Amino acid sequence: MMNSSEAQPEEPGKNGKTTSSTRLRPGNGLTASNINFFYGQAQALYDVSLSFASGAVTALIGPSGCGKSTFLRSLNRMNETVKGARLEGSITLDGEDILKSDVNKVRRRVGMVFQRSNPFPMSIFANVAYGLDVNGIGRRGKIKEIVEESLVKAALWDEVKDKLHASANSLSGGQQQRLCIARALAVKPDVLLMDEPCSALDPIATAKIEDLIFGLRGECTIIIVTHNLQQAARVSEYTAFLLLGRLVEFSTTLDMFKNPRERETEDYVTGRFG
Amino acid sequence: MSFFEARKAAANVAMMIVTGAAALLTVGVLLFILGYLVWHGAHSLNWGFFTELPAPVGETGGGMANAIVGSGKALAFATLVGMPVGFLGGVYLSEYASSGAAFVLRYVTDLLNGVPSIVIGIVAYALVVKRMGHFSTMAGGIALGVMMIPIAVRSTEEYLHSVPRMLREGGLALGRPKWRVIATIVIPAALSGIISGVMLDLARVAGETAPLLFTALNNQYWSNGWSQPTATLPVMIFTYAISPYPDWHRQAWAAGFVLLMVVLVVNVVARLVLARKRHVVVG
Repeated sequence: MMNSSEAQPEEPGKNGKTTSSTRLRPGNGLTASNINFFYGQAQALYDVSLSFASGAVTALIGPSGCGKSTFLRSLNRMNETVKGARLEGSITLDGEDILKSDVNKVRRRVGMVFQRSNPFPMSIFANVAYGLDVNGIGRRGKIKEIVEESLVKAALWDEVKDKLHASANSLSGGQQQRLCIARALAVKPDVLLMDEPCSALDPIATAKIEDLIFGLRGECTIIIVTHNLQQAARVSEYTAFLLLGRLVEFSTTLDMFKNPRERETEDYVTGRFG
Repeated sequence: MSFFEARKAAANVAMMIVTGAAALLTVGVLLFILGYLVWHGAHSLNWGFFTELPAPVGETGGGMANAIVGSGKALAFATLVGMPVGFLGGVYLSEYASSGAAFVLRYVTDLLNGVPSIVIGIVAYALVVKRMGHFSTMAGGIALGVMMIPIAVRSTEEYLHSVPRMLREGGLALGRPKWRVIATIVIPAALSGIISGVMLDLARVAGETAPLLFTALNNQYWSNGWSQPTATLPVMIFTYAISPYPDWHRQAWAAGFVLLMVVLVVNVVARLVLARKRHVVVG
C-alpha cells in the first residue's frame, strides 16, 4: 500500500491518448493530502493523498464501499451537509486551502455531476442558467450566450435548442444527465467531479457522455468515480484504485490496467474480486 | 382440507368481513350525512339562500348571503394570519432546525393542534375582542388563523421533506447559498403540496364554530369592513338550529349542506393540485 506521502502518477501521457503531461503542473491544480474521513465513529478514508493532473481525466475505481464517493464528495465539501461527518487533512486548489475558503466559492470552482440526474423543476434554460452570476448591461444576452455555449459543450444543444423553455423533466434520462453537465459547466469550474455519472443510463446514453468527457479534457480537470472498469480505461488518463478506504495505487490508466504494481490492483482489474 | 387449515381460512374470511364492514360504514356515514342534509335542507336551498339577507323573525324565506360572505372574509383573514407563520415555521422545521429543536417544535405544534377550539376562542375574546371593545370579523379571523398554524407547519414540513436530497445537493454544488437553494429549488418543488396542505387546513377550520361565537359573534345584516361583528355559516347554523321556528331549522340544514359541499370541493381540488405536479421526481 502506498498511503505515505503524496502520490504522483508515473509517466503521465504514456498511454498516448493525449499530451496531458504538458498540462501537468506539480503543486498546482487540485491536491488532497492525508485525508482521513469519519462518519461518526466509523472511519471511511485512511490517509489518502492524491494530486490531480490539471486538465486531465482521473478515474477513481474500487469496489463498493471503498470510499471513492466519500473522497470525491470531500473535494467540493459536499460531505459537510451530512450530519456527523468529519474530515482531517488538507485539500488545496492552486495552492489555496479549500477547507478554509468560502464554501460557495469552492463549489463554484469545483463542480459536481451526480449519480442520478437531478434537474431542477424548471425549464431547460433556467437549469443551465441557475448557477450564473451575470450582472450589468447586456446581462440577458450574456446569459443566453453562456447557456448555449454550455449546452454545446455538453452535446445537448442540437436536441434542445428548439425547446429551451420546456420543463427539464421532459427530457430523457441521458439528456437530463447531459443537462446537469451543462449546468455544471456553465459556471466554468476548474474541476468537475463526476460521481458514477452513467450508472443509471443505457449504453447509448453512456457512450454519449463518455464522448463528452473525452472532449472536455483540457477544458477542466475531471475526476470521475466509476464502477465500470472499461469506462475508466476509455475515458481517463490517470486512475486511482481505492480499497477499504485506502489508496492502493495511483498511476496512468494504461499502467493501472497493463502493469499494476500492487497485487490487489491486479486482482481487481482482472476481475478476481470486486 | 384439515381442520386447522379450515379454521385458518374461516378466520381469514371472518377478518375480511369485519374489517370490510367497518370500511363500508366509514363511507356510509359520509353518504348518510350528505343525504340527510339534502333531505332536510334541499327545500330551503334556492337562489335566494345565496343572495338574500336573513328574513326577520316571523317571515319565511330569506337567505344567508351575509353569512357566506362573512365566512369567506373570516377565512381570508385567518389565512393571512396563520399561513405566513405556519409556512415559515414549517420551512424552519424542515430545513434549519437541529434534531433537538425539531423534536421540541413538532411536539409543541402537536400540542397547539390539540388545544380545544373553544379555548382558543376564549383567549381571542380576552386579547382581541375585549381590547377592541367589540366583536369583529378580524377577531374571528385571528382565532381561526391561530387554529390553522399547527397543520400549516406540519404539512409544509412534510412536503419540503419529500423533496429529494439530490435536488438540494444539485443547487449547493453550484455554489448557491442554502437559503437560495431553499427559496428557488426546494420550495418550488414542494409548492403544490404546500398549497394543497393550506387548502385542507382552510377546509378544516371552515366549520369551526366555537372560536367564532366569542369573536365574530353574529349579524343579521351585512358587515362592512373588518371591525364589525359578522354572520358566519357555522354560527348561523348554530343559531338557526336552536331557534323555535321550523323554517329556520330547514335553513340551518341548507347551510350545513352548503358548508359541507364547500369543504368537500376544497378537499377534492386540493388533491387535484397535488396530483397535477406529482411528476416532479428526480431520475
